[in-house]
Amino acid sequence: MNLHEYQAKELMKRHGVRIPPGEPATNLDEAKAAIAKLFDAGNARVVVKSQIHAGGRGKGTFKDGFKGGVHLADSVEDATAKAEAMLGNVLVTKQTGESGKQVSRLLITSAENIKSEFYVAVLLDRALGKPIVMASAEGGVDIEEVADKTPEKIIKEVIDPALGLQPHQGRKIAIALGLRGRLIGQTASLLRALYKTWHECDGTMLEINPLALIVNEDGTEAVVALDAKMSIDDNALFRHPDIVAMRDLSEENPLEVEAAGHDLNYIKLDGNIACLVNGAGLAMATMDAIKHYGGDPANFLDVGGGATKEQVKAAFEIIVGDPNVQAILVNIFGGIMNCNTIAEGIVAAVKETHLTLPLVVRLEGNNVDAGRATLAASGLTLITADSLSEAAEKAVAAVK
Amino acid sequence: MSILVKPDTKFLVQGITGGFGGRHAQLSLDYGSQLVAGVTPGKGGQMFADTVPVFDSVAEAMAETGATASAIFVPPPFAADAILEGAAAGLDLVVCITEGIPVRDMIEVKDALKDSPTTLLGPNCPGVVTPGEGKDSSGGCRIGISPGYIHKKGNIGVVSRSGTLTYEAVWQLTSRGVGQSTCVGIGGDPVPGMTHLDVLKLFNDDPETTGIIMIGEIGGTAEEEAAAWAKAHCTKPIAGFIAGATAPPGRRMGHAGAIVSGGKGTAEAKMDAFREAGIGVAETPSEMADTLLKMM
Repeated sequence: MNLHEYQAKELMKRHGVRIPPGEPATNLDEAKAAIAKLFDAGNARVVVKSQIHAGGRGKGTFKDGFKGGVHLADSVEDATAKAEAMLGNVLVTKQTGESGKQVSRLLITSAENIKSEFYVAVLLDRALGKPIVMASAEGGVDIEEVADKTPEKIIKEVIDPALGLQPHQGRKIAIALGLRGRLIGQTASLLRALYKTWHECDGTMLEINPLALIVNEDGTEAVVALDAKMSIDDNALFRHPDIVAMRDLSEENPLEVEAAGHDLNYIKLDGNIACLVNGAGLAMATMDAIKHYGGDPANFLDVGGGATKEQVKAAFEIIVGDPNVQAILVNIFGGIMNCNTIAEGIVAAVKETHLTLPLVVRLEGNNVDAGRATLAASGLTLITADSLSEAAEKAVAAVK
Repeated sequence: MSILVKPDTKFLVQGITGGFGGRHAQLSLDYGSQLVAGVTPGKGGQMFADTVPVFDSVAEAMAETGATASAIFVPPPFAADAILEGAAAGLDLVVCITEGIPVRDMIEVKDALKDSPTTLLGPNCPGVVTPGEGKDSSGGCRIGISPGYIHKKGNIGVVSRSGTLTYEAVWQLTSRGVGQSTCVGIGGDPVPGMTHLDVLKLFNDDPETTGIIMIGEIGGTAEEEAAAWAKAHCTKPIAGFIAGATAPPGRRMGHAGAIVSGGKGTAEAKMDAFREAGIGVAETPSEMADTLLKMM
């Protein structure tokens, strides 16, 4: 589950990470209140930031031509005008795709006087099975590019799961980032708070880009998290009702949300051949086979090992809810499940959903002969296949 | 020989009184496996299927029945604790079937088990099968949720992150009259117990295994690590398949661990690593068995 920047910052703040003062806003009145509060507190400048689940906001363009999803403003009037231009408008960034995303929330914060920018992230190193803190003095840039071209500029600190990030590790990172004096201790504390946020909230990834060295009005320096990107482990949501409440369903594909409600694992893709498969690995392999024979999969759909008739029906409804779909490939390896039960479920679902699209079915496994007989006797115009390859070939032929 | 389990391996089921655990415990009994005990705290003294005693703790079950392995079917919030209980009691092998365990829990479990003699398989895996000599391979050891009848006793080792793709590979082999030594599902989670590499090493050392099918998928670099080791050390032919070439980056494809993130863990990189190591790459999952058989 992905969080908005302002939500991630709220969690970080709770755990002691220093962030610039500010508030989210979902309408112009809230935005005006947040802007007034910041200027009243003595800030000379504010930042108005679009809140969408996609990167590249600053360099994005709104559908009406307004450039930039993140703006600086020097006055209440200026900030209000920017907020008005962004709220409800559709922002297109390099990560949103052409259709863009509607901006329904803003985050309005004070604008800091930035001296330098760093990158820092907490994530799982899968090869080690341990969390790591990754940092780079090259902040505010594309970290994957830095990792690719100049891997020596990436600082990596492995965390002992039983101990958490230790103060000396935090200081080591701070020094490697070029910080000196009391900023070393301050940064180490911030990094520890950041790790604590990741750990206690069951984060899968927490990225701060940039972490900034700022100059306060009195000339002192401080380290602050200016941005935040965080995702939470779906498996751990049961112990975080407060985070579940942060879920923004408008950021998710409606078909995927509906599928999740039926305990189906569905991911919409751009092709025209829909798949209905049992098992995640086989579902991926089915998509790959469609591509191998020159077609394009419309979705990933894993109905799981014990799919009920109701789930199969819901799956068909979700599949045909995608207007791009021109054919459907059902690939079931009935290991424990009786293939005949599966066949009956498919026939019932097709009849009840009045499906008219070409339907290729490949059944294999337990009691498969009876299952195939049920399909043959159904009166439906099904295309049957014995192997996954044959099924994929036939599905691709059906849309050509 | 075989790896991890033999037909006479005695095992228990943690969570045997639950619906899912009970159903698969029964299927293991039907297959003729040596399921000797169940464990559900608070339900000790009951009997499962009139023949299998249920205990309150793993330690008690082991002491009474001599079980050396376990299958865990307990719900995700309690599964990490069940794994640690199995290890603390001194089981040789803990097979965790449960899907949906928080990653943080598994990081802690993996760390806690680093010096433990207990081997962990899974979580989120179909388990392990060493086929038997009876009808439809019955009489073998089935720990987990795999369909037993698709197997056949023989000499091919199968290791995979995906359940249904394992069945697919096993079925292709059995349909061609080729049997298996042991079939191991390592599971689809990002922090697993055994890895491809761990299983590959066991197959390499097992005199009964003459060829290996290794099935991977997007996410992580475990396949690459296994391939690099295989290139230098494995003396047996390996055929492989990688699922997820068409998966969009940044999306979790069903399995918690099946995600391409930051350009890492792509199917392309894994297939390249396989080819580089001399592992035969099946172009489609329908060709897994044939790809191996051509190499042998």
